[in-house]
Amino acid sequence: MVQKVSRTEVEDFLFHEAALLDEWRLDEWQTLLTDDAHYLIPPNDDLDGDYRSSLFIIADDRERIRQRIIRVLDPNCHAEYPKSRTQRIVGNVRILSQDGDMVEVAANYICYRYRRYERVGQYVGNYRYKLVRKGESFLIKEKKIVIQANELGQLGSVSIIL
Amino acid sequence: MPRSYVVDDPEKGVFLLDREVHMSDEILRDEMRKIFAKCWIYVGHGSELKKPGDFITRRVAGRPVIFVRNQKGEVEVLFNTCRHRGALVCTDRKGNARRFFCVYHGWIYGNDGELQRVPGDEAYTSAFDKGTLALKKPAKVENYRDFYFMTLNPDIEPLTDYLGKATEYLDLVIDQSPSHQMEVLPGTQEYTVGANWKLMVENSVDDYHLPSTHATWLNFMANSGVKVEPPKEKGLVLPTKGWAIELGNGHFTTDNVNFRGRPVAAWIPLYGDDAKQEMTEIKDELIQRLGPERGERVANTNRNLVIFPNLVINDGSSVTIRTFFPEGANKMQVTAWALGPVEETETARARRLDAFLTFYGPGGFATPDDVEALELVQQGLANWEDDRWSEMSRGMGREGEQLNSDEHHLRIFWRHWDKMMRAE
Repeated sequence: MVQKVSRTEVEDFLFHEAALLDEWRLDEWQTLLTDDAHYLIPPNDDLDGDYRSSLFIIADDRERIRQRIIRVLDPNCHAEYPKSRTQRIVGNVRILSQDGDMVEVAANYICYRYRRYERVGQYVGNYRYKLVRKGESFLIKEKKIVIQANELGQLGSVSIIL
Repeated sequence: MPRSYVVDDPEKGVFLLDREVHMSDEILRDEMRKIFAKCWIYVGHGSELKKPGDFITRRVAGRPVIFVRNQKGEVEVLFNTCRHRGALVCTDRKGNARRFFCVYHGWIYGNDGELQRVPGDEAYTSAFDKGTLALKKPAKVENYRDFYFMTLNPDIEPLTDYLGKATEYLDLVIDQSPSHQMEVLPGTQEYTVGANWKLMVENSVDDYHLPSTHATWLNFMANSGVKVEPPKEKGLVLPTKGWAIELGNGHFTTDNVNFRGRPVAAWIPLYGDDAKQEMTEIKDELIQRLGPERGERVANTNRNLVIFPNLVINDGSSVTIRTFFPEGANKMQVTAWALGPVEETETARARRLDAFLTFYGPGGFATPDDVEALELVQQGLANWEDDRWSEMSRGMGREGEQLNSDEHHLRIFWRHWDKMMRAE
């Protein structure tokens, strides 16, 4: 008998994840991922597309995520040196389905990003997670991020982990 | 005659660019009139409009247009402006429609632009002629092998003459497809860069910046089994030799021996062992169809092509069509697409897209650092009045054997730009 996952448990996990990302604790964030994890940002004009046939903004497998983090923590990653300061609010958390250990979750986010000269960017959209139950917590099997704008526009790059 | 913005003295080996060109609103206004309204400007690719009625709305040369395939199957570019009061007649980003409907007073146009219906038209006088009130079109629209351009200049030469030798480099891209048909893939990358548009022209072909700007990309390649060795030959900054080539009319390209892998068709460990066999087959097909020399060229050379003023085709880690347009002197909107052969298999297509993201785009491992570099330039140029000139003489005096990491091609752009800006 699989125990039903509660929204509070999922929220605790997502809020913890958000804190790790805001604090640039990316090596710890990586421990939240399954070995076959994907990190996906679809293009603004094909949100339901498949990264194998559509040009995404980001379509990382586990190895590419590892490389992305090596890159973004390197002082030679000019787009993130000095590091952006980010603050994200995650809310409207919903459990969409549960199948055994697999849980599908939707949440909304606002991520404020401050860079040099306090230039601010606001990423607004929703997260779609595939989570796997692990003990008292979860692992991320897939994190798909919709940026709710018709185009990236003023946001420029997505050089942070969103 | 307006003044020149460059100091160009080949005898002394001096080439300087007046930094005002990136800062001045007045120069930007002149560019609209003397460059964007005078040249052929890229609109889109025929493959984006598959069926009659397919349309896409875009801004081209600052003009809102509808790029559409009409009921007869012909590609048209219509100004997205109602003839009545001027409202946009199409607000969808893309779709399929037989008619465009102005929501203001209900005028209806066919997808060939003809005015079909005017509510209450009995109230108009005999001077009112629907036949003269079709949606306006740019002066000319032409295509070269499905690359569609428009111009606002009725006196310009035909597109193929304008493209000149650049067509040879478009042909090399199209040769990837056994049926000579390339298609734009779904998914558009659109982003704003806080820098003057001409900095993107420079950046798109400037191979001098690669080792410093893209240090983390080189590191990623090394981590993925592609060790990019430092150049052995003196004077090179890249591991393989490459050239910068003038193509006329302000167009130019780099032409490099590949060292970074290509989905068509140079395998690197990044693609995985599973890809080896299929990539060998792709390359064999190229050699068989095009002969050993040209086949090898398609498979194993990278080319970053600039069609003056604002179209870039990077045939490198993948193929990207990139265009950009100013939104003020210190800001530009960039749009980029991926291009691939229509008959590509699912696995080859997935590999092409994955290879694209290793380098290009707002989430790629290289482009964000390009964006940063251009924004650093724009911010640094706030001192332009006290530090007026940009240095651009690299490789001067060895015309004829210009390296891709020299600045010969940048000078070609600036000389052509300056010539057009000095016209009345």
